[in-house]
Amino acid sequence: MEPLKLIFLLAGAVTLLSALMVVTTRKLVHAALWLVLTLAGVSVLFVLLNAAFLAIVQVVIYIGAIAILIIFAVMLTRGSMDDTGPQTNRRWWLAGLIAVGLFAGILLLVVSEPAASAGVPAEAPGDSLRQLGLALVSVDGYVLPFELASVLLLAALIGAIFVARPPDAASEGGEE
Amino acid sequence: MIPLSWYLALAGGLFCLGVYGVLARRNAVAILMGIELMLNAVNINLVAFWRYVTPAQIAGQAFAIMVFAVAASEAAVGLALIISVYRRRTTVVAEEIDLLKW
Amino acid sequence: MIADPFAWVYAQLTRLLLSLGMTAVWAQTTLRFVGAAVLATVLLVSTFFLIWGERKLLARFQDRLGPNRVGPWGVFQTVADFVKLIGKEIIIPTHADKVVYLLAPLLVVLSVVGIWAVIPMAPGVVGTDLEVGVLYIVAIGAIGTLGIMMAGWSSNNKYALIGAFRSVAQLVSYEVPMVLVLLVPVILASSMSLVGIVDAQAGMWFIVMAPVAALVFLVTSIAENGRAPFDLLEAESEIVAGFNIEYSALAFGMFFVAEFLHSFTIGAVVATLFLGGWRGPGAEAYPLLGFVYFLLKTLAIWFLIVWIRATLPRVRIDQMLGFNWKFLTPVALGILMLTALVDKMSAAAGWNRALVLILANAAAVTVILLSVRAYARFQRRTDQAKGLPAAVEARPAAAH
Repeated sequence: MEPLKLIFLLAGAVTLLSALMVVTTRKLVHAALWLVLTLAGVSVLFVLLNAAFLAIVQVVIYIGAIAILIIFAVMLTRGSMDDTGPQTNRRWWLAGLIAVGLFAGILLLVVSEPAASAGVPAEAPGDSLRQLGLALVSVDGYVLPFELASVLLLAALIGAIFVARPPDAASEGGEE
Repeated sequence: MIPLSWYLALAGGLFCLGVYGVLARRNAVAILMGIELMLNAVNINLVAFWRYVTPAQIAGQAFAIMVFAVAASEAAVGLALIISVYRRRTTVVAEEIDLLKW
Repeated sequence: MIADPFAWVYAQLTRLLLSLGMTAVWAQTTLRFVGAAVLATVLLVSTFFLIWGERKLLARFQDRLGPNRVGPWGVFQTVADFVKLIGKEIIIPTHADKVVYLLAPLLVVLSVVGIWAVIPMAPGVVGTDLEVGVLYIVAIGAIGTLGIMMAGWSSNNKYALIGAFRSVAQLVSYEVPMVLVLLVPVILASSMSLVGIVDAQAGMWFIVMAPVAALVFLVTSIAENGRAPFDLLEAESEIVAGFNIEYSALAFGMFFVAEFLHSFTIGAVVATLFLGGWRGPGAEAYPLLGFVYFLLKTLAIWFLIVWIRATLPRVRIDQMLGFNWKFLTPVALGILMLTALVDKMSAAAGWNRALVLILANAAAVTVILLSVRAYARFQRRTDQAKGLPAAVEARPAAAH
């Protein structure tokens, strides 16, 4: 067993197990913390795939921003739902069935596709970080999606501020 | 070396767990967490395909960056909506948010 | 061997492991783990002396003697404190979330020690030369924020939770200008690797070319560290002790260690990014000398941080957030764009890069100071018009 395979198996197991905990844990804050572990596992996978930049960005954006936002939201909306009652709806078994069926289908597809089992990856690319940076701003590359993504982020920023603003006296229903 | 199929199977598992979370959970924040799991699974696939199939083109990584941006804005707006709903109706249970239902 | 002890030790250990029948890959992997363990241990042990040094310095600033009983000049005071902390009980509050509660201090320490993995300490001596080392520093910091959040939530205590909310508000907002000015050395070196940044400072330190960025980085780092004047996360007079109120014994000691080690770590990061890291006369030939230079620069910045702590009072929470969003973020954004533009122009026109950048920075400082003065005047006039007593600082919109 090579060290790399060992690391992959460990990271994969941690990722999947903690993802399972995310969707099954009763306490939502715990679910959010398991989510952090899942995201960290995915970031290890990115490192194994020679995408160090994405691995770090994964930690900065997902763990540093999104997970903390989610924890914040869980804490701010506490009291609406106690952590003891059922956390799943009545048709959770149907959801489970769909998920298992979907996974079986994906697995079948992966196994039956000969290209997927090709073990040896292509030659590790040289300076992929520089390449990525250039691709994101070159006209032949992804400058349009990149700009769209920035506009999307700006719109999300403004939208989030507007939506989450506490209702002031002018609008209806000032609870505060 | 690690075969590509391992990554694909792992991403598939992660995606299905996310699907289960989205379909089965009652709390809106938990549903959002399921969506994040699915987005992550997609990202693993994109990067794995980039590494194994087209390492010369940077497309996989560039797409993953776009997914990051979408995930960040989705989390921001989604959580803002949830907090807003909570302020007005003091609930974050998805089935109780049914004003638009007939 | 004397010139480069690091490479010598590494070669000896590799030979030893190979003679034990290990393959080269496994020997390298093992040595990496050993190196990480040694580095982390040395750092944590050195914290004893950092805490002692900081207490001693603070005492001198305040015209006191400071610790002076245990060992010569009280050097072993912290060791004695540590022994006392070991002997105490780790109290876990009722209804606290045990696992999260105990995990939080570990994460906070990890977030500080982890930074050292990418810092080049001497030529060729670096944990790992990460291609994206600068981003890695930011990412590791995010884990510390998470740890503080976990500590505050799991303690099952209102003050702890308020402290955690405050700290997250502070840490997340100060990350914005910090990341922005971190890009300035990246632009100047056209590399995100810390080794690459140190190499690019062979001719001239970046603090000469980007003094404003260095200053903003230092200020935001102090805020990230959560120490005076930004020690709102544990403002004793307002929220008792903040997120760590319920912690006792070694669990509390971990937060303590993390905070004191963090200020030293900031010194190392600033030294690497702006002061040329291990660079100095003769450092390339004698890596040990490079290590000494690196240590001296780090200690200098560390001393500056302690000095600031001893000098400035704590800011109010609205001042803290206002200072970040209304001052530091625009300044960081402006200096980033200015540096990128001027650097590109001077490269195209063949000007003297350092000179042009210094001039640009001087212009930026002038503009910043002028606009701050204009803002203060405007504020004073509005205050007078409203009949309020004149105050230079901005007042919150909804003053009660």
